[in-house]
Amino acid sequence: MRASSLLMLLSTIAIAVGCGGKKPPEEPAPQPPPTPAPAPAPTDNSADRDRLERERLAKEAADRAKALAADLAAMINFDYDQATIRAPDEATLDRKAAILQANPNVKVRISGHADERGSDEYNLALGNRRAAAAKRYLENKGVDGVRIEVVSYGEERPLNAGHDETAYAQNRRDEFEVTAGGDNLVAPQ
Amino acid sequence: MRRLLTLLALAAAAAPLAAQDTTKAQDAIRLGIEYRPGTRPGLVVVPGPGMDTLRTMVRRDLDYSDRFEMVMLQDPGSSTSPGPATGTGGVNYGIYKALGAAFAVELSEAPAGVTARLHDLNLSRLRNQQTFTLPAATDPAYRLEVHRLADEIARWASGTDGIAASRILFVSGGRVYRADSDGSDQTPLTPAGQTSLSPVWSPDGQRIAYTQLGAGRGPIQVQTVVNGSTAVVPGTESGLNITPAFSSDGRTLAYAHSDENGTDIFTLKVVDRCCSQRLTVGRFADNLSPTFSPDGRRIAFVSTRAGPPQVYVMAADGTDQELLAPFDYGATGPSNAPEWSPDGANVVFHREVSGSPQLFLVDAAGGRVRQLTSAGRNEDPTWGPDGRHVAFISDRSGRRQIWIIDTETGRVRQLDTPGAARLPSWSRRFGRTAAASNP
Repeated sequence: MRASSLLMLLSTIAIAVGCGGKKPPEEPAPQPPPTPAPAPAPTDNSADRDRLERERLAKEAADRAKALAADLAAMINFDYDQATIRAPDEATLDRKAAILQANPNVKVRISGHADERGSDEYNLALGNRRAAAAKRYLENKGVDGVRIEVVSYGEERPLNAGHDETAYAQNRRDEFEVTAGGDNLVAPQ
Repeated sequence: MRRLLTLLALAAAAAPLAAQDTTKAQDAIRLGIEYRPGTRPGLVVVPGPGMDTLRTMVRRDLDYSDRFEMVMLQDPGSSTSPGPATGTGGVNYGIYKALGAAFAVELSEAPAGVTARLHDLNLSRLRNQQTFTLPAATDPAYRLEVHRLADEIARWASGTDGIAASRILFVSGGRVYRADSDGSDQTPLTPAGQTSLSPVWSPDGQRIAYTQLGAGRGPIQVQTVVNGSTAVVPGTESGLNITPAFSSDGRTLAYAHSDENGTDIFTLKVVDRCCSQRLTVGRFADNLSPTFSPDGRRIAFVSTRAGPPQVYVMAADGTDQELLAPFDYGATGPSNAPEWSPDGANVVFHREVSGSPQLFLVDAAGGRVRQLTSAGRNEDPTWGPDGRHVAFISDRSGRRQIWIIDTETGRVRQLDTPGAARLPSWSRRFGRTAAASNP
């Protein structure tokens, strides 16, 4: 009782001197002492603190969701005229498989792409084969195939407009796009 | 190595030949690309009053037929040039014969058209004469009618129709365009803002088929040229559907369908819009780019069943699938885009040589492969109506343009297009009906 009275007194003093820099201990907040507020609050009341805290938590959740979405969208690349998943890309696909299993409502579209060197029409088939290879990999990791759509752009949509091996290597790729259930992604256990 | 020696021996034996597919004399060694030009008769289009545009078109069409040595007059309009026809058929045979011509073509105005005469200079007589009705020069059908007239003259002189009354489809900026065989009159057939690929003519020239690529997928559209109406080919509503090809009777359409199981070839009765049939079972391999033999009994196609894409052949019902163009595993480059010649004798395709696609012929029985080009990238060949000329895409001029090669002489010419061109398809010769409904 005495301690609480003292806190109230301190709070009153803090408000009286208009000091926004140092936060008094927060009674109603369930969280440990917060990080500095985004902007100094002109007044200090619990409603504002709640709002800031909710925003902070929402931002953290959004960042986590964004990271999950980025993992889902991460491209993989291929060797020339090949549709075999490369060893370094297996971890990328494993991460996608885990996220897809933690979020059963998510659907994705995989689009396969080719560099400009091969035959225009063959590259459509090659892009299709690259997208299908990623789909099969995810299916083998337990993801239901009905959630994965496969399309191909061949060489029609290069990521890098250059005409050298650097550009070609970037353009030989699968892109992954979430087509449903992408909000509120849950992190895999 | 033994094969290489054989080629060297052949090349040595064929040493004095003239024409080669090259734009630069110092190009790399070209083995097996030498051409053996036949003896071509000289031909002159004699000057005359008026009709300069028509005369120029006819002269160019006859030149592009590659069946004649064109005798060019210094200044066809000047008074010092060999005189025009006087009266009916009054061509000065002696002068043109002295210039090396065996034939003289005389064109004179006729009511509602033009009278064409072919003079045989060696026999000093009029060989053929016909009056052709022509629409007004401003009529959209005018150019095609003049090309038909030139083709007829070519037939009089060589026994074989010319190729002028035909048209070439190509893709530029995602749109399908149509051009005359001499490159003029380029007209878009599909709307801007969509990606259309792999256009092909129906044999009668009334319809075209192409892939309409949407979000990484798309149907085969069949479009009626005269009114632009389109219809989706049944069975191609889902997935990605590519590389359509008509049978030579126009009743069957073959195409490749891509989905997660790979790419496989299907046919259907396109006129009846029924009876879809799957011809290949790829199991994650690709089978695409079907092309019918003219008798409709066989289909050449591309398959990745052995690794890199190569050219195979099968019966039109999908049985008896076998390799058509031999290759050395691990050494021969990827091979694509086959098209069966209208005479049935050869399949033309492109195959990568040192990283650049080059045109090749393989005889329809399989076995003998002949390289046609060596300068720059040369790809996506399509036969002209005479089974002798091939249009293709080449970057030899610095950007991708349509070129035409005479497979007998190796002579090449370019069709200028404003933008980069790709995926050409050459029509058969337009008959009068097609010409009327395909302005």
